[in-house]
Formats: sequence, structure tokens, C-alpha cells
Amino acid sequence: MAESGKIDPMHQFVIQPMFGTGDLSVGGYNIAFTNSSLWMVVTAVVLWIFVAGGMKRSLVPGRWQMSVEFFTGFINKLLTDNVGDNGKKYMPYVFSLFMFILIGNILGMLPLGLLGVHPFTFTSHFTVTGALAILSFLIVLVVGFWKHGFHFFSLFVPHGTPLPMIPVIFPIELVSFMVRPFSLGLRLFVAMTAGHVLLKVLAGFVINSTNAGAGYGALVGIPSFTLMIGINALELLVACIQAYVFALLTSVYINDAENLH
Amino acid sequence: MPQIAQLAATYSSQIFWLLLTFGLVFFVIGLGMVPKIQSTVDLRNAKIADDLARAKAAFARADEIEEDCRKRDTENRASAQSIVADARAKAAAESEKQVAAADAKIAVQIASAEEAIAASSAKALTEIEAVAAEAAQDMVARISGGEVSRDAATQAVKVALAHG
Repeated sequence: MAESGKIDPMHQFVIQPMFGTGDLSVGGYNIAFTNSSLWMVVTAVVLWIFVAGGMKRSLVPGRWQMSVEFFTGFINKLLTDNVGDNGKKYMPYVFSLFMFILIGNILGMLPLGLLGVHPFTFTSHFTVTGALAILSFLIVLVVGFWKHGFHFFSLFVPHGTPLPMIPVIFPIELVSFMVRPFSLGLRLFVAMTAGHVLLKVLAGFVINSTNAGAGYGALVGIPSFTLMIGINALELLVACIQAYVFALLTSVYINDAENLH
Repeated sequence: MPQIAQLAATYSSQIFWLLLTFGLVFFVIGLGMVPKIQSTVDLRNAKIADDLARAKAAFARADEIEEDCRKRDTENRASAQSIVADARAKAAAESEKQVAAADAKIAVQIASAEEAIAASSAKALTEIEAVAAEAAQDMVARISGGEVSRDAATQAVKVALAHG
């Protein structure tokens, strides 16, 4: 690729088995430990270190404890605002979800390539985001049917719908409900993929234009590089926002199941 | 796009490792650590609210005590003033009585002294008469060589004394 001067912006998403585990399988299903898996593990470890650092439980918190409490307080407020006091029992799930996605997004953006490590953003794969979305969706279904039984289907008939409209409204609401896991999973996958592709394309501009000569490099490379800096900042914002949106929508959906109208 | 191109080959590994890592995160961090952190926060908030309430109560109590103290202070001042007024009146009455007693005693002393003075002046007067009469007898004897009776001399002296 580099020899031909062509830089493939999609190469960063390629999953490669690591440590010779390519053929590892359980029950006929391949469970190779890939670069994607590695970054999930790294994310889990970083998250564990972060939260463990805030476990001093002192009355007057230090900086670290303060920042951990900021995140728990943030999720706590998110759930209280969207679900009410009933929402506090979903705190472990929504906190894990938010932090796992957030740290996964941010780790994938770190310039570790300078050190020869290749960061991998597992949230740019819809197998991962889709699985997380289905997990959230299943929780909503289980809670909804557990708490309300078949009455849960009244979710698809908005309050005050005239009787003749019900046969029309019901399928529409049902479809919009069933689409939720897809929209939830695709939103995160698309946002992360698009940002990383954009950065790689611009980086390709910088490299290819500079290879073509100093004049081209100044004309194309410098503006592209400036744009990259701005987009990097934007992508950091997107990394946080997408994690927030995922957690927010999850709590909004949980609210539907918890507090059925 | 590797996400689609590699889908069939990698979905099971992706989902397996996701469930493993996210499951660990959920059970270890989400269920194990987050409630402890949240309880610390709740504990702290409760303590702050409690402390604030206590401080407020203490403030109210302090105001009450101050009001009480002020009231007692006013009362004490009023009673002290009445005691002072009482003492002053009593002292005035006492001194008046003493002055009156002393006045009476002094009046008695003055009367007796006057009496003594009168007595002694009367006595002195009679002695002067005697002396004067004697002197008159002598004077008559030296000047005229005649003898004057005592009675006559005394009579003469009396007359002279009465005329001044």
C-alpha cells in the first residue's frame, strides 16, 4: 500500500487475530483473540484502574475520587432525570455501558501509532455496537414484560389515540420500537467509523502531497493538517457525545419499560 | 469495508470478547464498585445536609439564648435600679433621724450650757458687788478718812452697777 503511494483509510478497521489464536474456537464458533479483543481488554483494565483509584471513599474527596464521583454522579443524574427514582437500580449497567464506550472511543483516538502501537476502535464495528444495542434492547423488553406483562403492548398505543386510529398507529409504533436497537447500534458505529475515515483520508492527503513535492505539500498538506487538528478535537467531542447518546437513549428506553404510561 | 467484509469470519469472536470484557466490567465495576462510590457520595450529601441543619438549629438556639440574655439583663438592671433607689431612700430617712436626734441632744446641751452661763454670770455679778463694795469702802477710807458701813457701800455699788 505505502509502496504504491495509496493509503487505504479502511485498513484501520481490519480485524487481525493476535498471538496465533486465529483458530481458537468454542462449539464451532471462532473466538480468536484479535486486536479488537485486545482493545476491549485494555478498555476494561483502564476503566478498572480509573474506578479503583476513586475507591478511597474518603469524606473529603481527592482529585481522582472527585473525577470518578463526577462520572457516577453524571450517570446517576441521567437516570434520575429520565427514569426517576426507579432508575437508580440501572446505574451499574448504564455506568458500565457509558464508561466502556467512552473509554473505548477515546483509546481508539490516542496517537499511540507514534509509539508503534496500533490503536483499534472497537466501537467502529457494528458487531460490537449492535451487540451492546441488543443488550440494552433486551433489558428493556425483559423489564417491560416482567413489570407489565402483556400490558406492555400499550406502549405502542400513545396516550389519547382515538379508537379508529389504533390499527394504524399500532404497527407504526411497533416498527419504530423494533428499529431502536438498529438505530442505537448504527449511530455509534457510523459516527466512529466516519470520523476515523475522515482523519485517515486527510492524513493520506498530507503524506501523498508531500511525497509529490514541497510545493504540493505546502499547498495541500498544511491546510489538511490544520483541518486534521480541528477534526481531532471534534472527534474527541464526538467520542464523548456518542457515549452519552448511547447511555441517554438506553435510559430513555428503560423509562418506557419502567414507567409505562 | 472490513466491518462488512470480515463480518462472517469475526462476528463470533467480537461478540464473545465483548460479552466477556463488558460482562467483567459490569459485574466487577458496575455491580462491585459503583454502588460503593455512590453510597460514599450519598453519605457525604446526607452529612452535609445534616450539618447544615444542625448549624441552622444552633443558630436559632444562639439567637434564643441571646434574646434570653438580653431580657435577663434588662430585668437585672431594673431590679438593681430599684434596689439603689430603696437604699437611697432608706439612707436619707436614717440620716434625717440621726440629724434630728443630734439636734435634740445639742439643744439640751445648749440649754444647760446657757443655764450654767447664767448661773455663773449671776455668781460673778454678786462677787463683783462684794469686791466693788470692799473697794468702795477702801476708797472712801483713804480719801476721806471716814468709815463707811458695809451695807451702805454695797447699796452704792448696786446703784452704780444698775446705772452702768
